Amino acid sequence: MEKLVVIGAGMASGRVLEHLFDAAPGAFDVTLFNAEPRGNYNRIMLSPVLSGEKSAEEIVTHDADWYARHGVATRFGERVTAIDPARKVVTGENGEVPYDKLVIATGAAPFIVPLPGHDLPGVIGFRDMEDTGAMIAAAATPGATAVVIGGGLLGLEAAAALRLRGMEVTVLHNSGHLMNRQLDEAAGYLLEKDLARRGIKVITRAGTERIDGDGKVEKVVLGDGTEIAASLVVMSAGIRPRAGLGMAAGLAAGRAITVDAQMRTSDPDIFAVGECVEFEGNLFGLVAPLYDQARVLAKTLLGEEDAFVMRELSTKLKVTGCDLFSAGDFAEGEGREDIVFRDPARGIYKRLVIEADRLLGAVMYGDTADANWFFGLIKDGTDISEMRETLIFGPAFQGGGGPSADPLAAVAALPPEAEICGCNGVCKGTIVTAINGGAQTLETVKAQTKASASCGTCTGLVEQVLAVTLGAAFEAGGAKPVCGCTELTHEDVRRLIKARELKSQAAVWQELGWTTKDGCHVCRPAINYYLLADWPLEYRDDPQSRFVNERNHANIQKDGTYSVMPRMWGGMTTPEELLAIAAAAKKYDAAVKVTGGQRIDLLGVKKEDLPAIWKDLNDAGMVSGHAYTKGLRTVKTCVGSDWCRFGTQDSTGLGIKLEKRLWGSWTPHKVKLAVSGCPRNCAEATCKDVGIVCVDSGYQIGVAGAAGMDVKETERLVDVATEEEAIEWSTAFIQLYRENAKYLDRPYKWVAKVGLGWVKEILSDAAERRALNARFDVSQSVYQTDPWAALVTEEERKSWSSPLMDMSREAAE
Amino acid sequence: MSWIDIGALDDIPPRGARLVRTGKGCVAVFRTGADEVFALDDACPHKGGPLSEGIVHGTSVTCPLHNRIFDFATGAAQGADSEVTRTYPAKIEAGRVLLDLSRLSGRSAA
Repeated sequence: MEKLVVIGAGMASGRVLEHLFDAAPGAFDVTLFNAEPRGNYNRIMLSPVLSGEKSAEEIVTHDADWYARHGVATRFGERVTAIDPARKVVTGENGEVPYDKLVIATGAAPFIVPLPGHDLPGVIGFRDMEDTGAMIAAAATPGATAVVIGGGLLGLEAAAALRLRGMEVTVLHNSGHLMNRQLDEAAGYLLEKDLARRGIKVITRAGTERIDGDGKVEKVVLGDGTEIAASLVVMSAGIRPRAGLGMAAGLAAGRAITVDAQMRTSDPDIFAVGECVEFEGNLFGLVAPLYDQARVLAKTLLGEEDAFVMRELSTKLKVTGCDLFSAGDFAEGEGREDIVFRDPARGIYKRLVIEADRLLGAVMYGDTADANWFFGLIKDGTDISEMRETLIFGPAFQGGGGPSADPLAAVAALPPEAEICGCNGVCKGTIVTAINGGAQTLETVKAQTKASASCGTCTGLVEQVLAVTLGAAFEAGGAKPVCGCTELTHEDVRRLIKARELKSQAAVWQELGWTTKDGCHVCRPAINYYLLADWPLEYRDDPQSRFVNERNHANIQKDGTYSVMPRMWGGMTTPEELLAIAAAAKKYDAAVKVTGGQRIDLLGVKKEDLPAIWKDLNDAGMVSGHAYTKGLRTVKTCVGSDWCRFGTQDSTGLGIKLEKRLWGSWTPHKVKLAVSGCPRNCAEATCKDVGIVCVDSGYQIGVAGAAGMDVKETERLVDVATEEEAIEWSTAFIQLYRENAKYLDRPYKWVAKVGLGWVKEILSDAAERRALNARFDVSQSVYQTDPWAALVTEEERKSWSSPLMDMSREAAE
Repeated sequence: MSWIDIGALDDIPPRGARLVRTGKGCVAVFRTGADEVFALDDACPHKGGPLSEGIVHGTSVTCPLHNRIFDFATGAAQGADSEVTRTYPAKIEAGRVLLDLSRLSGRSAA
């Protein structure tokens, strides 16, 4: 067996090994060095790890088991100090390893701008798991502030992630606008505005002068004397190839190790791949060409023909909620023309650069749905003269069919060679072949083709290809099974529970072919909800299938204590209630927080004290606020016509009536309402699940708003004249949601799937509304109870959290 | 083996848990849907989450804080997570739950 030594376990070399083991298992005896103390992980997903949206475990691409299975000798955490091409030996910190073929994949290092103070503790790059860990640790200190030097792709991802972790973040960028290599000025401006909205401060043309601090970073000083406090400075001013090892071994090099189109260096048995190589004067930093190189290198090692060619690259920013895309060349120039589309209200900007009837470049911000279609036109050099007039509106507006709002039609129209996954260079044809070969879910397509397996931004597109190819057999976005216990989707399960009248968990496990005995922590809460929502009288709620908060009627905190929140109807309270809350807070040593939902939260209550504090609050006339449930939370109101000069209706009164009608109901996810007394909207009703705005003529009911992970304005369901109608419509909407939505979909997600048109169609039928209200009443007859009052006797309260046996005193003696 | 009678099986809800408080921390005693009993330290080795408050499924429990899943028989976390929590021998005799906590003695007070 030939001895293959690989230096560096990054994304490029990882892909080389995958290709080798796929094509010729056992052809090589592989030794893999990595200076980082771990194997290969998906480095481009470090930003989501930093923001907390993913865990470090989730981005591991090769685990110990994978290396063992392929017989790779791993030398992780060990640096290679020298290569001796004459003896064909690599020297690591722990000894020598001989090779027949050597692959150098040493990657790149973040470029640390040599400012005065750059070597202070607290100045770091953003490159690996250690850097990410250091930033997460820095963000955990209360009041910590960060400065990110460099407003490029990676710097902005770091800034957004640190902001999500609660840090004050300032981005310093030397150029006139952010991401100046990928964006034009207009898109850079929109991006800056978006970041400002997230609380990230951006200073362009910053002219950073020095970093100051006594023993550690304290501030960054700009050329104009501005000082910015910082406990963390992230340098994100580009990368430099780590080519030193190769250069020291005498390999030909420019700025990095020179390779030919077969990835061979100047030594015939030494190859290089990834960010440490230079090819025809080009350096590399994005993942797509690295994967191309990896494919070519694997072929070369196996003695097959292949050649690396440069191709057009596109860029997307992985910041949740920031949609931007750029590709090609978009500089202005002689003979070049622009087509620009702007929608300032929606924050949308699109610019196409055209030369001689060909699309040269594209920049889009705010709406990138058609990005891949444009990217295809750029790569293929398509003649666009025929569609020039409607080009900027995207593929849906091309061809004789006239305008079509159907995104599926656009995907269906893509040719087989259209690229779907930019990271892995997977085209539509490859995905369709995999689907026709039996890969019928996103997961299997991902596993077989690698499409959407890296940065994940093309997931929606892959799902659309699935939908187009499979037709009705695939439900877009809903095709994922509930969990590992079943192949069925949430939608399937809901439908079957109703259709087959499954009224117990056992019936679901049995009739629907669950592969586990009694489900898991993912499916059990969902099934429990579906059963109690569809069969309120027949099915009995199962506390053991509920998350701890819903079982203990309080929110568990990170230290194992709980938070307790009584209901304040419509946000109204009384001196007596406040006295009782204050007394309880003192008695149980709770921290007191006023919430965004117009209530008071008591934090830090011990589990054994819960029954007693509930009783105290119950005795003062208060009930559980259900702040811990997937259920009705709050109805926020303004003071309305009772007090306000501008109030048009009694918004507080309507809020209280709604809350009294709806409280206690279980829903697929939490539900929050608000009622504003006039269009000034002091109760912020237009970002709620159901939000009512009072006007002179009556009530405007909006639904499907959001103000969490996503921010979205409500959409108008209906305008009604009376309070009674407002309550009837709101209740009917919530019951429709209860009966149809997938567990853990907020109303805005559910409405996006079924369409507001469908919801309106059903609810506009008065008989249907009455029926929905009647079914809601049946459910409330069972579930509108205060869980705090369920423990009646002193004995019950005592035993509620008592241990089965207490041996602590015994042991102490 | 030194078996201690800690209570009746019926005192533990099916697919639930009860605690045994000791001078060296709490032990969670689980009852599965199939009426088997298992005992684990009540602190998730990750961040100390109370395993007794987790959802019990099959012969494992999911920690309520960060969803790590522990196998009752081995105490090992499932999948990529490498933590292992301590297990204690447990059995049912004539409707009573018996526990052997001799391993506790080697443990430092929590």
